Amino acid sequence: MSAFFQRIRLFFGSKQTADAPDAINGAARSQEAGAEKAASMQAQVENLDIPPNDPLLAYLISTASAVEIDKLSMNSPTLERLRQAGVKISVPLVSQGELIGLLNLGNRLSEQEYSTDDRRLLNNLASQAAPALRVAQLAYQQQLQARERERLEQELRVARFIQQNLLPRELPQMPGWNIAAFWQPAREVSGDFYDFITMPDGRLAFLVADVTDKGVPASLVMATTRSLLRSNAEKYISPGKVLETTNNLLYPDIPEKMFVTCLYGVLDPQSGEIVLANAGHNLPYQHTKEGILERRVRGMPLGLMPGMVYNEITIKMNPGDTLLLTSDGLVEAHNAQREMFGFDRVKALVAEYKDGDMVQAILQAFQSFTGPDYVQEDDMTLVTLTFQPVQSGAGNPQPITFEVPSQPGNERQAAARVLAVLEHLHLDITRQKRLETAVAEATMNAMEHGNGYNPDLLVKITVIQEPDKLTIQVADQGSGAPIPTSVDPDLDAKLAGLQSPRGWGLFLIKNMVDELNTYHDPSGSTIELVVNL
Amino acid sequence: MTTSEFEAQVRRQEQIVIIDMQGVINSDAESGLSAAYEQAEAASSQTIVLNFSQVDYINSTGIALIVGLLARARKSHKILAVFGLSDHYREIFNITRLADFMQIYQDEASLLAA
Repeated sequence: MSAFFQRIRLFFGSKQTADAPDAINGAARSQEAGAEKAASMQAQVENLDIPPNDPLLAYLISTASAVEIDKLSMNSPTLERLRQAGVKISVPLVSQGELIGLLNLGNRLSEQEYSTDDRRLLNNLASQAAPALRVAQLAYQQQLQARERERLEQELRVARFIQQNLLPRELPQMPGWNIAAFWQPAREVSGDFYDFITMPDGRLAFLVADVTDKGVPASLVMATTRSLLRSNAEKYISPGKVLETTNNLLYPDIPEKMFVTCLYGVLDPQSGEIVLANAGHNLPYQHTKEGILERRVRGMPLGLMPGMVYNEITIKMNPGDTLLLTSDGLVEAHNAQREMFGFDRVKALVAEYKDGDMVQAILQAFQSFTGPDYVQEDDMTLVTLTFQPVQSGAGNPQPITFEVPSQPGNERQAAARVLAVLEHLHLDITRQKRLETAVAEATMNAMEHGNGYNPDLLVKITVIQEPDKLTIQVADQGSGAPIPTSVDPDLDAKLAGLQSPRGWGLFLIKNMVDELNTYHDPSGSTIELVVNL
Repeated sequence: MTTSEFEAQVRRQEQIVIIDMQGVINSDAESGLSAAYEQAEAASSQTIVLNFSQVDYINSTGIALIVGLLARARKSHKILAVFGLSDHYREIFNITRLADFMQIYQDEASLLAA
């Protein structure tokens, strides 16, 4: 018998015990004395529960009518307790074969025995009260269950909100790249997650992970794993090292029989190179012009065993390529005929993909496969990274822009990134070297003369590709004087000590490119380099 | 970058003194290059040679440092020569007219054969 039923039974019983004698006698003093006795009796039978093996329970159910306690003879702890409390008559409230309450009455205030009429009255009362009480009990129980359900649902809604905030709020925006993601938990909260971390040098770390199981336990492990991966991503460039360190930190704390699969990569957006490491996750598929490539890299899931080492592979993304990362929820989904969506369907979709949003194309195919009555079986995550194709003919590639802080040394990083952007043009080494010097000098000029080497001020570099020429704009955020017109340095004067030995920057730039333009407005100055192709 | 990526060693080779340079010649190289040049100057040789064969990168400030060395050499009536320049930096030496004031050799062997 549940605690709930017990609370109701005793309340009902004690209430009747106190009131019934009052109604019969109506004397003020006797009423007071009766009330005191009733209160005492109520206190003694408070929280009375009848154990299932107590013979009194079976007797009350079978009798289902008023029982004179003093006349009963059986070895029953409950019976003894009722006697000690002063109960003279107990009237069982039985509904559908279950004892749901007892009406306990002490002595009448008149000290007379209960009459046959009294007992008949009590039995009638019990026979009508029992089903009403039962209905009230069920209604109350449902109300409590509904409240509990509502509380749990509210907590899950909050948990889902918190978890969604652990996922990237915005997808990374990188020139030349299109990144898409889809995340759908099977329940309110999920063990799947994905993340993007932009590194200071412009590279992008990305990951898709799947915690065993789903729901709340998986979501808690997800939150921990995400924090560890993020923390290690800031410490290490190497995907293998990030997974190795995360595994060693996760292992002591993860619950038994739980683990996390994770595919982790670092993308260089300029060169299109991706370094991948894998902790037991689904292999990624690369859509290329030549067909589909399954990128094989493997390792133990996170949290299973300490001291694991994770191999890395480096893949090259060419313009037009798309890399797809998925979780189990996609491939292991079943349709009404219990067929699995499977890797082969995913591969076929990636192979057939032409252009547009690959994630949407896969989801449409998935919905057609599973049908309208599909109940999601597992959490599902899809992430794609698409290296936007180089336009040909009338169109030109979108301008590519990046920024570097104004710190000495960053001019060479800027030059290297420009060359990486233009790698597909296969410029000869002479042109590459000239461009390297021109971009580095223009960047150094912007950092030094425009931004005063203030690291909080950025130099913005824009690469514009056209069929017959390249234009590279290097803009500072300085509000100083316009860039002076380039004057050819006089080496004779410098050697004679009549001029500073410095002042070669703009002169070098001018000689490294086909055209040099400078612009100035209130937001800063721009050096524009033009190279004819 | 706060640490210098430049190193220089001075050695005597027959009648000349060679400054072997490594790394990046930019503003961070100023003190190292100047110290090496003073050491070379003290070696009492008429000719001081800059070896660029291990130099990865020279920026406009680096060019200014070489102009400064050339001015010092001319003031003390010494000959400043160079070898080991890549095609790109040889072009820059031509553009800047440094090549008009400094003998440029392909490598150390051609320098010593001259």
